[in-house]
Amino acid sequence: MIKFINVYKHYHNNHQALSGLSFHIDEGEMTFLTGHSGAGKSTLLKLIALIERSSHGQILINNRNINGLPQNKIPYYRRQIGLVFQNHYLLFDRTVFDNVALPLVVAGENHREIGRRVRASLDKVSLLGKERSLPMVLSCGEQQRVVIARAVVNRPPILLADEPTGNLDCELSNDIMKLFEQFNQVGVTVFIATHNHDLISTLPYGRIILQHGHLAQ
Amino acid sequence: MNHIRFNLKVYLLRHLQVMLFSLGQLWRQLLTSTMTVLVISISLALPAGLYILLQNIKQVSNQWNYVSQISLFMEYNFSDRQANTFTNKLQSWPEIDAVKYQTSNKSLENFRKLSGLDDLLNNLPNNPLPATIIINIKKDSLNPDTINNLLIRLEGFAEVEQAQFDMEWLKRLRSINKTGQLGIGILTTLLSLSVLLVIGNTIRLSIINRQSEIKVIKLVGGTNNFINRPFLYAGFWFGALGGIVAWFILLLTMALLSAPINELTLLYNSQFNFQWFLSPMIIALPISGIILGIFSSWIATKSYLSNIEPH
Repeated sequence: MIKFINVYKHYHNNHQALSGLSFHIDEGEMTFLTGHSGAGKSTLLKLIALIERSSHGQILINNRNINGLPQNKIPYYRRQIGLVFQNHYLLFDRTVFDNVALPLVVAGENHREIGRRVRASLDKVSLLGKERSLPMVLSCGEQQRVVIARAVVNRPPILLADEPTGNLDCELSNDIMKLFEQFNQVGVTVFIATHNHDLISTLPYGRIILQHGHLAQ
Repeated sequence: MNHIRFNLKVYLLRHLQVMLFSLGQLWRQLLTSTMTVLVISISLALPAGLYILLQNIKQVSNQWNYVSQISLFMEYNFSDRQANTFTNKLQSWPEIDAVKYQTSNKSLENFRKLSGLDDLLNNLPNNPLPATIIINIKKDSLNPDTINNLLIRLEGFAEVEQAQFDMEWLKRLRSINKTGQLGIGILTTLLSLSVLLVIGNTIRLSIINRQSEIKVIKLVGGTNNFINRPFLYAGFWFGALGGIVAWFILLLTMALLSAPINELTLLYNSQFNFQWFLSPMIIALPISGIILGIFSSWIATKSYLSNIEPH
C-alpha cells in the first residue's frame, strides 16, 4: 500500500530531513511513526500527501510511484487520502457541516449524498448534534474530531495523521486513538505520526522510528 | 447516461452557487467593492463618451460633405444670356447635382447684407463683384480625386475666372476625426489596462485574505479550477457592475448636456441631432466590463494561486 524505496529529502539550505528511507506498510495496517522533534516525521507524511516532493528515491502508493505524478493530478490523488493535522486547518467562518462537506463539494458530489455522508461521518466522531456550530465554539478535542470527520468523509483507503493528539489531554487522546482504531478495523490503512510514547505503548500496532531523518528500526 | 446528466446538473448548480457567493462577498465588502466598481465604470464611461462624441463629429462631417459646393467666379464680362447656356451644360455633367446662377448684382447685395459696409459700397463707381455659379456636387462624387478633376475641367472654360472648392476645412475635419479615433484607441487601451490592474489588484488582495482557505481546499483535493472559480466570478461581477454604472454615467451626461447641445445646434440652424447610442451601449459596456473583469481575474489567479500551497 505505502512503500518507500531509498527516499531522501533535503532542503535548499542543505538540511537533510530524510536519508535513505525504505519501508512498507501493507493495506489495512495501522502504523505509528515516532521519533523526537525534528526527526522528520512531518516531512515523511508530507511526502506521502505530496505536499512536498522527495529529492531522491521512490514512494509507491498502491504500486504507483507518486513522485512522477504531474502537478495537475495531485488534487485527484489527495482525494484518496484522509489528512489529519495537529493545527486542524479548519475554516472558522464555516459551520461544522460545511467543513466536513468540503472534500465532497470539491469532488462534485450531489447535495443529498453530501448530507448523508457528512451526517454519517459526524456520527462516527460523536458530533452529530453540532453540524450548525462554528468551529470557534467547539473545544480543542471537538475541533480535532471535526478534522477527523472531514478526513474520512470521502471514505479514503489511507488515513494520515500528524500529531493528532498533540493539543489534547490524555483522556481525549485515548478517544481520538480509539476512533483511528475503528477506521482501521473497517479496512482503512492508518499511518499516525506521534511523539506521545505513553499513548501508543500499549497499542499492538507496528512502529516506524525516525532518528535525525534515518530509520532507527 | 442519467448519471452524466445528473453530474452536469450538480456542476451547473455549483457554478450558480459560487456565482451568488461571489456577489455576496462583494456585498460583504461594500465600501471597497463600490470604490472598485466606480473606478471601473469611469474607466469604461470615458472612452465610451469620447467614442459617442467622435461618432457625432463623423455624422456632422458627413452632413457637410453632402452640401459641399464649388463656387465658379465668372469673367467680369459674363452675361446673363451666356449664363443660361452655361448652367444647362454643367447640369448635364454626371458629378453635378444642382447648378445655381447668381448675378453680380445679387452677389453685391448678399455681400452688403453680410458685411454691413453699405456706405463704402455705395461710394464705389461700379460693382466689383463677378457673377457666380454655385455647383452642388453629388454625394457619390465627393472624393478628392473627382473634385480635383472637376476643378481642372471647370477652370478650363474661358468664361471661368476661378473655380473654388475649399477642401482644406474638410481635410482638417477628417484629420481631426482620424486623430481623435487614434487618441480614443490609445485612451481605451490605457483605461482598459487600468481596469485590468484595478480588478487584478482587488482579486490579488482577496486571494491573500483567503490564503488559509485556499490551503485547506488544496489539502482536501480541490483543483485549481475549483479554487479559481469564485475569483473569476468576482471579476465577472466587478466588470458587469462597472459596465452598468458606466452606462448610467452616460445617461447622466446625456441628461446634463442634451439641452445645451440642442441649443447650440439651433443657433447654427442645423438639422443635426446628437446621437447618444444608449441602446448599443447598454450591451457593449457591461460585456466589455465582463471580458476585462474575467481576464484580469484569470491573470491574478494564474499568478498568485500557484504560490499558495499547504505546508
